[in-house]
This record gives sequence, structure tokens and C-alpha cells, in this order.
Amino acid sequence: MLRMHCLLAAALALSSGIAFAQSAPVGDAVRGKDTYVRDGCYACHGYQGQGSNAGSRLVPTPFAAFAHQVRNPRARMPAYSPLVMSDQDVADIYAFLLTLPKARTVAETPLLARARRPKP
Amino acid sequence: MADEKENRVQRRRFLKSAAVGGLAAAVAPLTSSAQQESARPQGATHTSCGSDYMVDVVRALGIEYFAATPGNTFMGLHESVVNYGMTTSPDLRFITTMHEEASVAMAHGYAKIEGKPMACAFHATVGLQHASMAIYNAYCDRVPVFMMTGAGIEADQRKSAVEWSHTAVDGAGMVRDFTKWDDTPGNLQGFGESAARAWKFSMTPPYGPTLLAVDVRLQEDEIPGGNEGRPPVPTMPSIRPPSADANTVREVAKMLVGAEHPLIYVDRCARTPAGLKMTVELAELLAAPVVDSGNRMGFPWRHPLNQSRRFGELRSEADVFLALEPGNPFDLVTAKGRDGTLRRQLREGAKSITLSSAELYPKGNYQNLQRYAGMVDIAVQADAEATLPFLIEEVRRLMPAARSTYDARARAFAATHTQDFNDALEEAVHGWDASPISMPRLAMEMYEVMKSEDWSLLSHHYWQSSWSQRLWAAERHHQYIGGSGADGVGYTSPASLGAALANQKHGRLSVAVVGDGDLMFGPGILWTAAHERIPILYIVHNNRAYHQEVMQMQAIANRRQRGIDRAGIGNAITDPNIDYALVARGMGVYSQGPIENPKDLGPALRRAVAVVKKGEPALIDVVSQGR
Repeated sequence: MLRMHCLLAAALALSSGIAFAQSAPVGDAVRGKDTYVRDGCYACHGYQGQGSNAGSRLVPTPFAAFAHQVRNPRARMPAYSPLVMSDQDVADIYAFLLTLPKARTVAETPLLARARRPKP
Repeated sequence: MADEKENRVQRRRFLKSAAVGGLAAAVAPLTSSAQQESARPQGATHTSCGSDYMVDVVRALGIEYFAATPGNTFMGLHESVVNYGMTTSPDLRFITTMHEEASVAMAHGYAKIEGKPMACAFHATVGLQHASMAIYNAYCDRVPVFMMTGAGIEADQRKSAVEWSHTAVDGAGMVRDFTKWDDTPGNLQGFGESAARAWKFSMTPPYGPTLLAVDVRLQEDEIPGGNEGRPPVPTMPSIRPPSADANTVREVAKMLVGAEHPLIYVDRCARTPAGLKMTVELAELLAAPVVDSGNRMGFPWRHPLNQSRRFGELRSEADVFLALEPGNPFDLVTAKGRDGTLRRQLREGAKSITLSSAELYPKGNYQNLQRYAGMVDIAVQADAEATLPFLIEEVRRLMPAARSTYDARARAFAATHTQDFNDALEEAVHGWDASPISMPRLAMEMYEVMKSEDWSLLSHHYWQSSWSQRLWAAERHHQYIGGSGADGVGYTSPASLGAALANQKHGRLSVAVVGDGDLMFGPGILWTAAHERIPILYIVHNNRAYHQEVMQMQAIANRRQRGIDRAGIGNAITDPNIDYALVARGMGVYSQGPIENPKDLGPALRRAVAVVKKGEPALIDVVSQGR
């Protein structure tokens, strides 16, 4: 299996337009989108945080947990220090991820709904 | 003898008339190989030239295709294929490629579908140098390829500086580290015997490529003594691969039947459709979960015992772990700590067994055998497929009459398989409407137009995050062939075309998802697809990068703490973006794209499949997510 290191990992982050109770530092979503692409987060996690075999899907999490994962990651993701990703960058990316559209459901997706299998 | 003489006279008459018609031929539009073939006069092809004999030998080995980019050190052979092999039965068809690497890769893909080698030939030195990476892929992927290269043995016969440059004293030596066998026969009899031996070695597990360096004079000259001096075409024995001995089979069967948590891992195990059926039979008898490496069609993707997503947990529970033809047995059972310490991945007391032919033909230098697997308990050094009938028989004999335990186990795995499948559907919705297009969206849109056909996926599913393996129902041996073997980029586009060539006569729908980087290593393969009228649907997974390297570059830049925003330099394939549909059209291939809106994908696929079903190649450029 090929080894890869990615920006954001396993039980981390967010998605899907869900609001979080814990307030985050003020981030700029537009700038965050640029940073997410520029710094290569998309390469493992996808342009919409949907994940891939190189990086996990980004699921909802409070900002503190998100920032902690970036600085002190679990699993195979490397740590990103302030030297390469500032606190403001982290906040901007977080803000961008909050703007991603809510995922549809399987039932709303005919190609997938038709494939669903009953439990044996 | 009289017939031979008459044939030669007719051949001279034909060549004379061909020379008169040469100008017209030169300005006439090119026709397909089949059309050119039908224009040949019959009965004018038998001569006593050495390369005609070579063609007979190659055909006697059951070889149907000869792929090559032309080169004058095998021009005698080339002419014999064209004017003898393609005009007499059984047909030996010349497949024109635009790079020697493509010739080998086509043969590589072809063999994985058809179960036998096709021939390819290279110019001495420079052509073989081009071919070398593809040979290494085939070697690591354990695939038979029958290869020939030119050789100029007699120094005083080299007519120009170029011929000296294109001569090596030991030409085959360059690739000897990663071919199973090579030879430079000194006469025609030697060619016949060496060709038969090359085929035999190539088709004995572990399969692999073989190479003959064939003297230019031997090809081009008349046979000494004319056709009466023609050596006999060698006959081939039926090959029986090495299987494990009876005692070992009994021991392994006893362990498997007695196991509470058996686990089977399949890699390059099923060499044939029969091998796949036997793997299923063994797993069902034992109600054992199976984890599939993805390097072959090792186990049906939607079989309830297919537990490929659960390898980690199953391995930690297993008390008997059987790995069939594993490519990397070390990694299967060993964990590496950051300090270099090694730890066994299996639980205390569990037994690990490998059944593999991989080490029956070891070589040094290239490290494709991977790290020494010291934590394996029993290494059965035999071909898995050849051993499976005996193992199944013995398992059946030892199996208790009461199967309730096994049936309960099978039901439990059926439930987890369905759970994993439905979980995959839940995961697939994320990014479904995104542009660039997501991998699950691509997989499901493809499957929607393929599933009612006899389809064959000719590219490794890994590069699309294995969504096809997670969501499709591949059941038959030809429906999936794995990847390159050595991760040498530039494999998928030509290898999938070779596999499509094999699928063509079976009327299958051949589909390959090729990386944009992979395609640009040898885009000339698109011309070969059009020229040879090989039906295949190419989907370009256009993530506009050498994407693996983008990730790795970002990681190393991060480790050095000096900026992670420049990973695209040297890795991105942008500025300008390549229009692959336009490239394909320029090569005579029907194409669509770039497709950026996922809603456009389904209709584009339906149009392209209609073209492929008419016998033509088609390409769709899909602007896609990285993985």
C-alpha cells in the first residue's frame, strides 16, 4: 500500500453546513477556500471534504478539535505547524468548510438508492 | 516441393505487380489491416526465408498477435508477419504501436484476459531500452509475454554506423534482471527450440516475460538448403504447474477446518476462471472471510464472504491466516514500529500460511520480492491454483457432517458484507454533485451504463479510491485484471488496450479509467486503438496532476517546514489544461469532454458506449477529484 500524508485526518473536521455550538476564531471562508486548495488539503480530503483513500472525510467537529487535529494529528496525517499554516489559515479553512453544501441523502440519489441491499 | 516452387514463382509475380502498382499504392489512402489482408493473393506466400519459419513457430505456440513499433533489426520478421503470418492460417496479426513500451504493455493486458502470451518485438538496443519499464511491470505482475528483439551477431555484416549503434553483444542482458529467461539462438533449429522453451518458461508459474534476441541474418536469409532444410516446428507439452505435496495439503487443510476464525487473503491467485471458482469453493466450504488484494479478480466483489474492507480486524481475530500468492507477505503479518521494531500482526498462537509460487523463481538486484517475511509460520512453495483442487478435496474430506457452526459464520459475514455495502452508499453521497466530479459519482454513472453488458474493467480500482470495487458486482474472471505490478506509470492506457484486444472476440465491453498522467506517457496508444479498430471505452481520470506526487511533495515540504503551497510545481498538469478529447479526436478516436458538470456524465457515457458497441474506441475526458 502506498504511503501518503495528508492535511486533515480521521475523526476530524466538518462538513455539510452544520453550525457548531462552540464559537471559532473569526475566519474568512473565501480566503479559507483558497488556502484549502493552495495548501493541498483537497489532495487527500477532496474539494468538498468528502475524503478519499488518501484522507478521511471531514466530519463535524468543534473548532478546538479541528485545530488540535491540524497541529497534533492522529493516524497518518502529518502535523502542520504555524510555520506552514498560521492560526488564521486554520480558522479560514474551518470557516470555508462550514460553507460546504449539505450532502444529499441516499434516498435523494436514485443511482445509489436503487443499489441499496436489504439485510440478509 | 513442386507446390513450393510454384508458390515462389507466384510470389515473384505478385511482387513484380506490386512494384508496378507501387506509386498508386503510395498515394492511396491507408486502409485497415483487415482490408489490406483481403487484397493479398492466395498461395503466394511460402518461401524458405528464416523469418517465415519463425512465424510458423510463433503460431504453433498458439500466439495470435504480434505487436511492434518498427525497427530494422527485426524487419525480416516484420515482413514475414505481414506477408506470411497475416495471409495464411492461422492468422498472426500485426498490431502497430507507437512505442515499444506500448507493445509490451498491450501484451501484458492481453495475457491477463486471455491466459496466454502474445508476441511483441523491438528494435535492438534502442527499442529494447524503450520497452524495459513495461517488461519490469509484467515481471512484477507475474504475466507471460513472448518477446523478441533484433541482434546483429556478425560484425562484418553491419552495413552502417547506425547498425553498429544498434548492436549490443549481449542485448538481452539489459533486461535479464527482470525477465524469466532469454536466449540468442545461433541457427533456426535453435530458434525453434528456444522459442518453445521461452513459451514454456513464460507459462510456468510464476508467469513472466521471456526474450529471444534474434539475429538479423537468421531472419532475413534463405534457409540453408531451402525448404528441405527447414527445421521441424517444435511441439509443446501440456504444462503442469508445481502443486504442494500431499502431506502439506493435509496439514494445511486440517488447520483450516479446525480454525475458529480462518481468514483467506487472495492476491495473484486465480490465474484462470477455474482458479477463481476454486477460491470461491474453498471459502464457501470453510465459511471463511476473504480479503482481496485488488491485484487480480481474486474473489467476487459482492460475494457475502468478501470482507476486503475489514482486513485489519479480521487479521487480529484470525487463528489461521492463509495467503494465496501474496505479493507482499511481510506486510500482511508484520507491523513496523517507528523505531524499526517489528511486531507480529496476528494474535498469540495464530498460524500464518503462505501458498505461493513467487519464490520459485527468485532473482537478485530488483527487490520486487519485498521484505523477508520472517513471521510466516508455514511457507508452501507451490502454485496456489494448481494446489487448490487438492486442498479443496482434503478440506471436504475433513469437514464435519454438521455444518451449523460454518453456516452461522457465513450468515454473520453476509450481514457485515451488506452493512459495508450500504455504508459505502451512505459515504458516496458526499461530494456527489461536486465539480470536479467525485469518484463515487464517476463509478456509479459508469456502472449504470455498463451493468447490463458483459463488462470488463481494465484498470486498477485503487486510483479511484476503490469505489468500483466497493459498489460494483464483479463476478467473473475477466471483469477485473488489477494493475501494473511495479507501479510503472504509463501502463494503464496500453495494457487496457491489449486486454480489450483479447476481449474483442468475446464481445465484451472493455472499460478503462486512465490517469491523465498515465495517458500522456504514451498518447500514441489512442492511434493504435483507432487504427486497429479495438473497441474500448477510455475514461480519463483528469485530476490535472501527477496527483500522488502532489500529496507526497506537500508532505515533504511540510516536514521541512518551508511552505506547503508550491506542491503543484512539477506535479500539476495545468497551464495549459490538456484537452484530451481533442487529443483523441486527432488520433481518430471518438471523444467527449472535458466533462465538468456531473449531470453531463451519464449522457456522455451512454453515447460513448454506443460507439464502443459498434466496435470502435471512445474516450471521455472527465475533470475529476484527485482520488
